[in-house]
Amino acid sequence: MTKRYVYLLVAGLTALGLGVFLYKWQYLGFPVASKQQTPVWTIETSIKFDSGPGSIKASLQIPTLTPGFKMLSEHNVSKGYGFSLNYVSGGREAQWAVRRTDGPQTIYYRRVVYEDSTSEQADTTPPFPPQPVIREPLRTAVEVIVADVRDHSADTASFTTELLRSVNDPSASSNVELLLADAGSSADFVETLTTILAYARIPARMIRGLVLADQQRHVDPLPWLEVHDGDRWLYFNPNTGEQGLPDRYMVWWRGNAPLVTVEGGNNVEVNFAVRKNYRDSISIAENRGALDGSALVQFSLFSLPIQTQAVYNVLLMIPIGALIMVFMRNMVGIDAFGTFMPVLIALSFRETQLVWGLALFTMLVALGLSIRFLLERLRLLLVPRLAAVLIVVVLLMMTISVVSHKLGMETGLSVALFPMVIIAMTIEKMSIVWEERGASDAIKGGAGSMLVACIAYLAMGLHWLEHLIFTFPELLLVVLAIVILMGRYTGYRLTELNRFRAISGS
Amino acid sequence: MLSAAKRLKTAGVLGLNQRNTDFIMRLNARRLYPRVDDKVLTKKLAIDAGMAVPEMYGSISNQGEVRNLDAIVEARESFVIKPARGSGGNGIMVIAGRSKRHRASYRTISGVIMSGAELRYHVSNVVSGQYSLSGNPDTAIIEYCVEFDPLFAEVSYLGVPDIRVIVYRGYPVMAMVRLPTRVSSGKANLHQGAVGAGIDLSSGETMRGVLGNSIIDDHPDTGALISGLRIPEWDFILESAAKGLEVTGLGYLGVDIVIDRQHGPLILEMNARPGLNIQIANDCGIATRVERIEEIFDEHADPVARARTSRREFAAERQSQLPLDN
Repeated sequence: MTKRYVYLLVAGLTALGLGVFLYKWQYLGFPVASKQQTPVWTIETSIKFDSGPGSIKASLQIPTLTPGFKMLSEHNVSKGYGFSLNYVSGGREAQWAVRRTDGPQTIYYRRVVYEDSTSEQADTTPPFPPQPVIREPLRTAVEVIVADVRDHSADTASFTTELLRSVNDPSASSNVELLLADAGSSADFVETLTTILAYARIPARMIRGLVLADQQRHVDPLPWLEVHDGDRWLYFNPNTGEQGLPDRYMVWWRGNAPLVTVEGGNNVEVNFAVRKNYRDSISIAENRGALDGSALVQFSLFSLPIQTQAVYNVLLMIPIGALIMVFMRNMVGIDAFGTFMPVLIALSFRETQLVWGLALFTMLVALGLSIRFLLERLRLLLVPRLAAVLIVVVLLMMTISVVSHKLGMETGLSVALFPMVIIAMTIEKMSIVWEERGASDAIKGGAGSMLVACIAYLAMGLHWLEHLIFTFPELLLVVLAIVILMGRYTGYRLTELNRFRAISGS
Repeated sequence: MLSAAKRLKTAGVLGLNQRNTDFIMRLNARRLYPRVDDKVLTKKLAIDAGMAVPEMYGSISNQGEVRNLDAIVEARESFVIKPARGSGGNGIMVIAGRSKRHRASYRTISGVIMSGAELRYHVSNVVSGQYSLSGNPDTAIIEYCVEFDPLFAEVSYLGVPDIRVIVYRGYPVMAMVRLPTRVSSGKANLHQGAVGAGIDLSSGETMRGVLGNSIIDDHPDTGALISGLRIPEWDFILESAAKGLEVTGLGYLGVDIVIDRQHGPLILEMNARPGLNIQIANDCGIATRVERIEEIFDEHADPVARARTSRREFAAERQSQLPLDN
């Protein structure tokens, strides 16, 4: 019965711990490896214009659905302007407004994004477009082109490809030439294409986006063609007919609407600047979680002040030390002074480093022990004697620090980080064992403690483990489950195999 | 490594982990622990149950009473000072006699002369809890120093040999005699260097000895053969041990018995966490015997019947024949 509860509890704890871990890792994107860096792109749009005395209302098309990218944050920088974000047909718009201003103005919109290939973000299915009214003779030209392309295609995708091939053909027909005569820019060219596609009752629109590369001060929006085939949106290179989006193409806005409109200003200039930098994957995951409104992130350790985080960084490793302690005690069978003394010693080794830690600890205990034997002659009562040992330990620590400093060995200063009460208790216990069971037992126990402390130190010093536990503290539930499971381990300890080897087993 | 573990498993050897979880935690309710951990209480319970125990001369339970020590031992030549809540034999001081010239000086079992001040310091340490399981203040017991039966004269060095019987749910399952050595300075605890010798439950005869974790045939100090000693009043010893269940309520129990020259078998103390080296001394695992007890367990059997059952079941010869029966 007890066993079943234990297994149920262990299974529950493991499932909970691993479940939260997987959610945070796979969905929120917390990194399992430390120092994992993710490139982020900062795109800054600056709008410059001259303003006469009077009110200004400026609006900028800003991204909504961005396949391949996710947003981390967006900011606006403007002096004295009221700012709002509005949903308009075809996407979102940032609006700045000011009642009275004069002279040259600059307003900024900054957006930080990162690449995420899982971000599909499909738009809704559009209705079939109404057949556009086209004046003659263009209308006949469009009719001829559509009829010709339709003969050479089977579906929306192949229709579009065929259309793009025929309009981009250097030896284009006179119909094509006629249609494209007015297309001065590549945006006009794509707009003409959407008209032709609309005439064939195919929903199509122009999209404009930025091809992100490092440290670009001027990026021009690149027009692209988006066609809906009844199920989803397809992307086409308007100049080659190739399907798909360019690498690192960040869709900025869709449709024919102008990027910027400024009411009350003139000489409007828009510029996109792109900068790439690296950010800790953790902060990205955090930001993302915060945007999703995930309570797991809001209540995570990362929300604590940095100093407190540093404390927990260490504290969260104590369960790992305890796990090792349990393993060494109940599976291996090594005896140590004080149940968790080795774990605390291992913690102070983190500051002193292993070799120095071992040397200082051994020195401290050895000196403390010899003084303890002197105290023994005074026949003190237990608590005063413990207090005396404690005071001696403090004095010894001080002396070691001062002497090593004078000798120029700065590492000696870190002796102050040893848990002095624990050391005093260790000295007391060791001296009692020494008297009652002899020096060999006492030294054996001391060596066992040191061994466990070393192993605990090595395990607790693993940077990846530290990162893993700090980022995913729910894994401590799994540690708890393992400890509970080991608490029900009834098999032999490793040292017992040797202890009972004399039993023949006949 | 695995094969070694398998071999021990087949031999029914009980490991520390299994002892703690399957035996102690299951059979020994924590609220019953004081009955064995506090030797004053154990003594009282044993006397109430009609068992013979070493006479208690007095007890000292606070520092102010330490000066009463001289008054308590005034009329005694030899006595033992024990912590009431000690463990593993720590803190036990055996005074074998007094200094020939100064009656105020004491001679320990190992021949060291102690002044009254030194002895009082020891008592004061005991009272302050230095040897107690929890480190809490303790009581020092001053009691009769057992004079062991001449039977053991050849196989013990100083100190008093005692007999440890493991009792499972009231049935004695294994026994050994613990022989003090020079190394153990007269103490009968195996981990302090005493020799353990298994006892055939059916005949009460000693078998091979074990020192530390290795097997020996002769006593390391006297050189006498350890095996083949016939323990006197064996029936009575087993019955007393079996009665440990009624006295303490503990289902897994170690009962320590000494045989006094004048008073016969006396219950020295009981232990809720008896050690496992007894298995080495008996060359046999406890788990196998416990399984057998579970098969034939009779809730209504009295201590005498249970002791008889154990004598019948756990003969050393029978143990070695078991594999043939199966």
